[in-house]
Amino acid sequence: MIKIENLNIHLGEFNLYDINLNIEENEFFILMGPTGAGKTVLLEAIAGLIPTKSGTIYVRNKNITKLPPEKRGIGIVYQDHSLFPHLTVLDNITYGLHFHKIDKAQAEKRLNRLVKDLNLDHLLKRLPLNLSGGELQRVALARALMVNPSVLLLDEPLSSLDTSFREEIRTGLKRLHKDSNVTFLMVTHDFAEALSLADRAAVMNNGIIEQTGSMEDILQRPDSTFVADFVGMKNLFAAQFRDTKAIINNLEIELGRKPANSHGYIAIRPEDIVLSKEKLASSMRNSFKGNVTGVSDKGLYYEVDIMVKKVTFKSSITKSSLFELGIQEGIEVLLSFKSTAIHNF
Amino acid sequence: MRSKETFFWITISCGIVIMAFILIPLVEMMTAPSFAMLKETIKDKDVVRSIWLSIYTAGLAAIISFIFGTPLAYLLARTDFTGKRFVESIIDLPIVIPHPVVGIAILSIAGRNHWIGQIFSDLGIRIMGSVTGIVVVLTFVGLPFYVNAVKNGFESISPRLENVSRSLGASMFSTFFRITFPLAWRSMLIGIIMCSARAISEFGAVVIVAYHPMIAPVMIYERFEAYGLKYSQPVAVWLVSICLILFLALRILTLHNKKEA
Repeated sequence: MIKIENLNIHLGEFNLYDINLNIEENEFFILMGPTGAGKTVLLEAIAGLIPTKSGTIYVRNKNITKLPPEKRGIGIVYQDHSLFPHLTVLDNITYGLHFHKIDKAQAEKRLNRLVKDLNLDHLLKRLPLNLSGGELQRVALARALMVNPSVLLLDEPLSSLDTSFREEIRTGLKRLHKDSNVTFLMVTHDFAEALSLADRAAVMNNGIIEQTGSMEDILQRPDSTFVADFVGMKNLFAAQFRDTKAIINNLEIELGRKPANSHGYIAIRPEDIVLSKEKLASSMRNSFKGNVTGVSDKGLYYEVDIMVKKVTFKSSITKSSLFELGIQEGIEVLLSFKSTAIHNF
Repeated sequence: MRSKETFFWITISCGIVIMAFILIPLVEMMTAPSFAMLKETIKDKDVVRSIWLSIYTAGLAAIISFIFGTPLAYLLARTDFTGKRFVESIIDLPIVIPHPVVGIAILSIAGRNHWIGQIFSDLGIRIMGSVTGIVVVLTFVGLPFYVNAVKNGFESISPRLENVSRSLGASMFSTFFRITFPLAWRSMLIGIIMCSARAISEFGAVVIVAYHPMIAPVMIYERFEAYGLKYSQPVAVWLVSICLILFLALRILTLHNKKEA
């Protein structure tokens, strides 16, 4: 569907280096990464809005690298919605029809469907000026989908919205994607969002793609320290591998498998580390005594720092287990994790 | 801000001094001529002709600035290129050059011994002492005000709106006329007002290029020189009043537009 080969862009402070990406037809693909990673630059390059230095972009096996944006059939929805302020909602939605030869009856049908799906009926005659964030975003979506693009690019469509609108637009997005044959490519930095929407995803940093794969792959099996840190693998340690064991300082951790490399990294998600007072009768192969060095309130859960032989592990636990175990700074606890919860690379 | 602070009183008093400085001479001039005198002045065909000439040459200068200045303003607002600062300073040059120098500079290329003057003369176009010459001078001094106002207007329109328009299938031309132009229209009107206001007030450059036909500021100067203050005031009052009414009308028009947008 979208195939990007060795794409390079140099635009002053915005640079992309050697981008390779493959997105399947009708996929919901998500692009993640910190601010300044080049996600928006990549979207705008695909839309043809910024010049590329080298490399090729194919859409449906057609080389579109040199095509002007109006000939690409790629829609874009920005974070700030970018509705035309001098046009009514209806004129905004039907704007693209001026430039496409679409049968009138068919256009009408599509308009009615989008207006119904996105619940825009009562807004059609209004100007964008006084619309709420969620409404603006729904109009922007309808406008982009009205001309039936082959690809829809979404630049953080949810991040400017209140939590209540966010949920509504997210389900809306999911339904729109399911009901259409449009390929969605969306930029976000929210994992909950990515997990609930994406088929596959890529993580970008400093103008390069760090990893591409299923959401599951990215979350559980990060390829690099950057991705591991970015996806919240907070327990990330450089380790020596000896046989089936990983050694951090003097701490031996059982992996239950033999890594191919002799040294590298291991990563464990904080929610996979279980705390207890006494040794648990379970299959967990790794169990260590440690001292609690910090407890911080993260809102829905608590993050506990435990030092074991000068190695600090982070574990996230619920408020109730925090009280049950009587965890506070300075006490001794037992921390355990399965060898399958350890990711090594 | 606590009203008793010294700083507050300084700002207030400076403000009052400035208001007085601007308003007292203007009000004095506007109220000096008697009603009968004003009536008599406007019956004078020479006065009417010169005021009309002032207004329409300034209007022409604004229209020329609109046609040639708008694309340039767009270019400056949207693109970044080496030497952009240089281009911007060139556009600002007419603001800082002394007015008689502008007139002399234009005359020096308008003469027969310059190839541009030669071309004009072959085409039968006269710069010296003609309406064409006046329009050339007024455009020269007014253009920067138009370009700067409209450049600011374009800069305030998010390029993302143009991006979205193009992604929806509109060419650059369609995008400009359907999106950018309607949104920048207000700043263009402001640019036209600024440009023509500057053009109407020009005296120094015009008087060198074209003493005749006589624009209103030249006539005011001539009457002052020949007959004194009392005879120049009524012409000045008429010029100022008519211009104020015209600009006010344009301004109301733009405010109306703002509500619609």
